[in-house]
Amino acid sequence: MSMDLDDCLALPGFFSVNGSKSTEDCNDVNEDSCPCIKNILLLDSEGNRVAVKYYSDEWPTNSAKEAFEKALFSKTQKTNARTEAEIAMFENHIIVYKFVQDLHFFVTGAEGENELILVIVLQGFFDAVGLLLRGNVDKKEALENLDLILLCLDEIVDGGVILETDANAIAGKVASHSVDAAAPLSEQTISQALATAREHLARSLLK
Amino acid sequence: MAQPLVKKDDDRDEEADYSPFLGIEKGAVLQEARVFNDPQLDPRRCSQVITKLLYLLNQGESFTKVEATEVFFSVTKLFQSKDIGLRRMVYVMIKELSPSADEVIIVTSSLMKDMTSKTDMYRANAIRVLCRITDGTLLTQIERYLKQAIVDKNPVVASAALVSGIHLLQTNPEIVKRWSNEVQEAVQSRAALVQFHALALLHQIRQKDRLAVNKLVSSLTRGSARSPLAQCLLIRYTSQVIRESANNTQTGDRPFYDFLEGCLRHKAEMVIFEAARAITELNGVTSRELTPAITVLQLFLSSSKPVLRFAAVRTLNKVAMTHPTAVTNCNIDMESLISDQNRSIATLAITTLLKTGNESSVDRLMKQITNFMSDIADEFKIVVVEAIRSLCLKFPLKHRSLMNFLSNILREEGGFEYKKAIVDSIVILIRDIPEAKETGLLHLCEFIEDCEFTYLSTQILHFLGIEGPKTSDPSKYIRYIYNRVHLENATVRAGAVSTLAKFGAMVDGLKPRIFVLLRRCLFDTDDEVRDRATLYLNTLGGDGAVVETGADVKEFLFGSLDIPLVNLENSLKNYEASEKPFDINSVPKEVKTQPLTEKKAPGKKPTGLGAPPPGPPTTVDAYEKLLSSIPQFAKFGKLFKSSAPVELTEAETEYAVSVVKHIFDGHVVFQYNCTNTVPEQLLENVTVIVDASEAEEFAEVASKPLRSLPYDSPGQTFVAFEKPDGVPAVGKFSNMLRFIVKEVDPSTGEAEEDGVEDEYQLEDLEVVAADYILKVGVSNFRNAWESMGADFERVDEYGLGPRDSLAEAVNAVIDLLGMQPCEGTEAVPPNSRSHTCLLSGVYIGNVKVLVRLQFGLDGPKEVAMKLAVRSEDEIVSDAIHEIVASG
Repeated sequence: MSMDLDDCLALPGFFSVNGSKSTEDCNDVNEDSCPCIKNILLLDSEGNRVAVKYYSDEWPTNSAKEAFEKALFSKTQKTNARTEAEIAMFENHIIVYKFVQDLHFFVTGAEGENELILVIVLQGFFDAVGLLLRGNVDKKEALENLDLILLCLDEIVDGGVILETDANAIAGKVASHSVDAAAPLSEQTISQALATAREHLARSLLK
Repeated sequence: MAQPLVKKDDDRDEEADYSPFLGIEKGAVLQEARVFNDPQLDPRRCSQVITKLLYLLNQGESFTKVEATEVFFSVTKLFQSKDIGLRRMVYVMIKELSPSADEVIIVTSSLMKDMTSKTDMYRANAIRVLCRITDGTLLTQIERYLKQAIVDKNPVVASAALVSGIHLLQTNPEIVKRWSNEVQEAVQSRAALVQFHALALLHQIRQKDRLAVNKLVSSLTRGSARSPLAQCLLIRYTSQVIRESANNTQTGDRPFYDFLEGCLRHKAEMVIFEAARAITELNGVTSRELTPAITVLQLFLSSSKPVLRFAAVRTLNKVAMTHPTAVTNCNIDMESLISDQNRSIATLAITTLLKTGNESSVDRLMKQITNFMSDIADEFKIVVVEAIRSLCLKFPLKHRSLMNFLSNILREEGGFEYKKAIVDSIVILIRDIPEAKETGLLHLCEFIEDCEFTYLSTQILHFLGIEGPKTSDPSKYIRYIYNRVHLENATVRAGAVSTLAKFGAMVDGLKPRIFVLLRRCLFDTDDEVRDRATLYLNTLGGDGAVVETGADVKEFLFGSLDIPLVNLENSLKNYEASEKPFDINSVPKEVKTQPLTEKKAPGKKPTGLGAPPPGPPTTVDAYEKLLSSIPQFAKFGKLFKSSAPVELTEAETEYAVSVVKHIFDGHVVFQYNCTNTVPEQLLENVTVIVDASEAEEFAEVASKPLRSLPYDSPGQTFVAFEKPDGVPAVGKFSNMLRFIVKEVDPSTGEAEEDGVEDEYQLEDLEVVAADYILKVGVSNFRNAWESMGADFERVDEYGLGPRDSLAEAVNAVIDLLGMQPCEGTEAVPPNSRSHTCLLSGVYIGNVKVLVRLQFGLDGPKEVAMKLAVRSEDEIVSDAIHEIVASG
């Protein structure tokens, strides 16, 4: 683990080297200017995908992605990341993760990234899913509401750039989708958001 | 199978394995997608089908081009529905399908309508989708809306536009740059994330303009009340500005340091950490500047959150490399982290402690590490082993406990890389700490008794053969070595035979016993083992008589091959079987040096186990081959050195010429690499006319013209000079390219019959002293220096006059001498007032030279230098001083 040297290399560079894509990271996001998320993963207790989103082309193929997920899963599965988010260095990435029931949440960032920024993204995702699934956070519930999970991912990060980290705001935006179209998002309270989430769930169950 | 998302009658599967997508199949879902075309849309059902499609994509299923197009077209129909939930799914789906340019046109109008909708959610999402899929031609059409969106009062819309701007800046910078005013306005937004996104975009727009960034930072650092994320960005940009301006503030206060320090008191941990990290990474940070940052990081060490502990210990670990004393205050907190649940944190804590620890704490630390080693992965163990090695070199008196630790972990389970790291460390300790030799060798002997890695066994056997005979009681190693001959595979057996022979050669008392053992090896099943045994028996005189081993035998057994293996391999490949035997002295010795690569110095002890890292393929062999193929130059003898090519023409001129200087003992050959860049010309009979009037000691003896130089196919012409044998003659040469130019018909490629003689002036060329010195590094400069002895040491002091920096002065001298910097001493730490640089090389005539340069700043910019030279010949020592004195 030659993290020291690599770390130094991953430090924000100088102005002169910017301009073009600084690294292969996050496709089009300039890491020096802006924190960048490489992927967000939601895996089950066997390491299978529930929902994943990659923002970096470091994993060009599906098999590269799966290999990464598998290796990451086996490295972290024995840790206790249920009360507090945990962290690991893995293949020159920083990964923060948190588990609940049979779901494993991961957020990956560059080696030089501020760990605490990654963790607020993780926490935002984790809590938003909790709100949207009304506290019943497990694989079954997540799959049954996969549309909510996918929209949730869509609202947290856009192409590697952090879009929103506040769980209430994320859940609010996701759940707003069957409320009166005219109601502005910002004015919607979290109880409304929850109500709509609940309604959505009931609907899909009763189908 | 086309099942709805939830099957009510599926009670049995409701347990663990239940999934609403059980048995889902692509073909069926694509069939289902036909509902998108229904005249009466069922939004709920359509949403479900999109979810299924997204599920398939998410699981790694891929759609063929036809399938994707079909799905895309039917999805576009869904814009008819007014259902918001469905529309959200449509947006996501379009982004996932990443449609081609001609498909994008289909949805453009729908998305543009949404972009101007009254519903904020439509506006925000339509912007994100459109910007994601557009190829830029569309951008000018929607630019007006995007500019409006950036300053939209709804923060979600503004953020969507700003983030899209960040992405578009990479592909269409000139358009996005026109939005500066709006982005500037958004930076003042009250909405936390809008400010964050606006700041990120504004910085990216202006990042090439140093002044603008400086202005941006200084105006914003005065402000307040920002979101933590925006504050983190500001810290990053601030430290960039500090770094840029670092040069002109050697002494005075650092600009913006107060801002960074103020951020240490921010309420968000994210900001505190970002600021602390930024401070620790400042160029030439002083301990006074460091203290507040270290204090907050120390607090984080005892946080209940693993992420905080990790972040803090990782940063402190890095600080410990440059400012170990600054981190010692945290040692107590750090020690409690050794038992941290998170092994990454524990490893970082240990390696930090190993860097900052003092001699008295070593034993206690080792005790704690022993418990810790059993439950971490190999990758962490290697980090620890390396840290222990450097600790041991730092405190050689502690070698006993550290060596014991290494031998203990060597006995435990572990993979190859881990074992190799341990063995390498033991070898380095044996080499550098003489007292540790005997115990270290015994540890290695015990290890090979039960070593599953052939590579390590043979390397250790080789090492034993060199070091073992020099110990007080060499006989005790014989048993371990001979056991290998019984128990191991052929490779190890052969290695063991060689090692036995080395003991026999060095220790006369052991000879009779060694001969007995070697004779037994004559019956080995493997031919290599038998061959080696026979060879050694004969060279050592195994006919019973105990005679003292001759010097040439010792040279044969112990003399290290002082030529790089790659070069030898190439020379052997080039050798054609003939009457003339292969001459090992014809193999070039120079390896293109890489910084930080340890290299074996001729006649010195090996540097750790293992072969020296194979050098990169060199061009030296190619030059050697090329020159020896030219009859005029064949008699010049062995090529001593070839310089890097020096350009003699400006870039993009008609003819590109560079020169390589080949140095022989009594000759110099200039190789002119010429390229004709004019398609309409063919050059013939190309020569370089060299005027050596400013190089008195040189006399032209031969040249080799280039018969024809067609367009764009490089060729070489050579000029050779005679110079006094073994003397580092210097001089300046002016060059003129002379040739016959013929017009070429570009359509047919045929040249005209008649040509015109022409000349082309080239730049001057110099042969300098550095051309006579080979860059050959040594791995342990101190050892080399001491074993060279002070017989031909020459010391003198020089004033180098005003210099921009110490580093510049150091580099200037290194370039002047053309020698290999050792042990990374060419790097001058920023802001240092003095520096010692170690150089090594081989002077023409194969004389080893070592140089110790001590630089000091004398007054504001004046650099003074003390130059100490040791070599095998006093003339050479003097010559080095001569070079510096005249440089």
